[in-house]
Amino acid sequence: MADNIIRIRGLSKSFGHLQALRNIDLDVARSEVVVVIGPSGSGKSTLLRCINHLEAPTAGEIIIDGVSVTSRGTDLNALRAEVGMVFQSFNLFPHLSVLENIVLAQRVVRKRPRREAEQVAHELLNKVGIPEKAHAYPGQLSGGQQQRVAIARALAMQPKIMLFDEPTSALDPEMIKEVLDVMLDLAREGMTMVVVSHEMGFARNAASRIVFMDEGQIIEEAPPAVLYSAPRHERTRAFLSKILH
Amino acid sequence: MTSEASEPGGSARKDFSVAKRGRLQQTSWAELDLARVPWWVVIIVLVGAYVAVAVATSPRYQEVFRFILPGLRVTLQATFAAYGLALLIGLVVGLMRVSHNPILYALSTLYVEIVRGIPMLVILLYAGFVISPRLRDGTGGMIELQDLQEAILGLAIGYGAYLAEVYRAGIESIHRGQMEAARSLGMSYMQAMRYVILPQAIRVILPPLGNDFIAMLKDSSLVAVLAIPDLLQMGRLYISRTFRAFEGYNSVALVYLVMTLLLSLLVRSIEKRWSIRGR
Repeated sequence: MADNIIRIRGLSKSFGHLQALRNIDLDVARSEVVVVIGPSGSGKSTLLRCINHLEAPTAGEIIIDGVSVTSRGTDLNALRAEVGMVFQSFNLFPHLSVLENIVLAQRVVRKRPRREAEQVAHELLNKVGIPEKAHAYPGQLSGGQQQRVAIARALAMQPKIMLFDEPTSALDPEMIKEVLDVMLDLAREGMTMVVVSHEMGFARNAASRIVFMDEGQIIEEAPPAVLYSAPRHERTRAFLSKILH
Repeated sequence: MTSEASEPGGSARKDFSVAKRGRLQQTSWAELDLARVPWWVVIIVLVGAYVAVAVATSPRYQEVFRFILPGLRVTLQATFAAYGLALLIGLVVGLMRVSHNPILYALSTLYVEIVRGIPMLVILLYAGFVISPRLRDGTGGMIELQDLQEAILGLAIGYGAYLAEVYRAGIESIHRGQMEAARSLGMSYMQAMRYVILPQAIRVILPPLGNDFIAMLKDSSLVAVLAIPDLLQMGRLYISRTFRAFEGYNSVALVYLVMTLLLSLLVRSIEKRWSIRGR
């Protein structure tokens, strides 16, 4: 508990009549990788989006590294700079080159000088394996390359936490591995990660815990080996039987 | 466009269409223009040739042009100044229109709906005979607008409303994931607007912005009601002196036409230059 970088208590979120999240409690330790699974509409993405306050929670409390996301006075921009997010649809800035995509927030938010920001960008492109694409435009890249740029863009802020919202769901099968490899590297380096994904291989290799959600609630959480082989709840079992083939 | 076909007989046709595409833009609108090119170019060339000959050989037309040309400067001054101001008003009001702040939204909507519902001519009369005198009296003579400034103010207020809607549509056309990505990196709302949303929106709204610029150039002829010696006013002055309506209005129409056509070409070349790569 002392070193829980994410602390969520009693989190609820409603969209009109629809209750997307009901009374969620979740802790994530520093350097931990947590994979969130569950049927569509179970609230996984909403949970992730509440963590960096892209959605404002209806009730409950979220504390990131000692700072309450949910209190009124919090500087959300400063907080979001510490929490990287990778989206299902990449959301790269199409009017900017790959390099500029990675440089922009460093300059605008972190106020880094251009040379330093570009150096960081080149290093990160190296890290995600596409140094030669610095001057390409997002529209000229494959989905897998775009997602790796998106990861590099988030990492350039040197975040404490990385959130992944179905990062491989929009990718062709042959491109999934190149993205998962980058994520595995990140996990090995000790990045704290919350990943919404049904990639079981990744979960097995990188996750310390899998959280199963359904109808806006956390049904159960356990290490991958335990959850896959001996789920405690019927709903978990039913869901796993559908995705594990 | 999809006829990168491999049948042997198609090569001549393909070459033709490639050549055409080289001259025009490769944007999606180009396909529409492609069908239109022949007749409007033909007509313009014919009219242009006729006019060139007519003006070169007719001392009368030369006389008209010499007379109305000072009006061109006034027209251009009014148009450029008013459009610049309208772009600014439009941007601010457009941002208010997409704002989640209910007061900003209500104010901007009120402005747009009121101004859009009043004819440009009436707005100009308001600017000249209501706003300007009130401004003068209200400030104890501190602010005294000249005729041209009144006209510019009127045009800018009127077109600000149209441009606000253009900006709003452009901003709303950008996928919300763009704003979310920018915010998730720690940018403020205004930073995200400035660096991520607006640069993309501008590209989307360039054609309607160009249209409105051309429309404003034409509507600037309405400033004649404020007794401003613009192109049209000078033409009418000439006609009232010489009773030569045919040559007078021909000349006025022609100068407008040449300007709008040039502008339309300019807008296209800007569109092409600004198009996003890899799209």
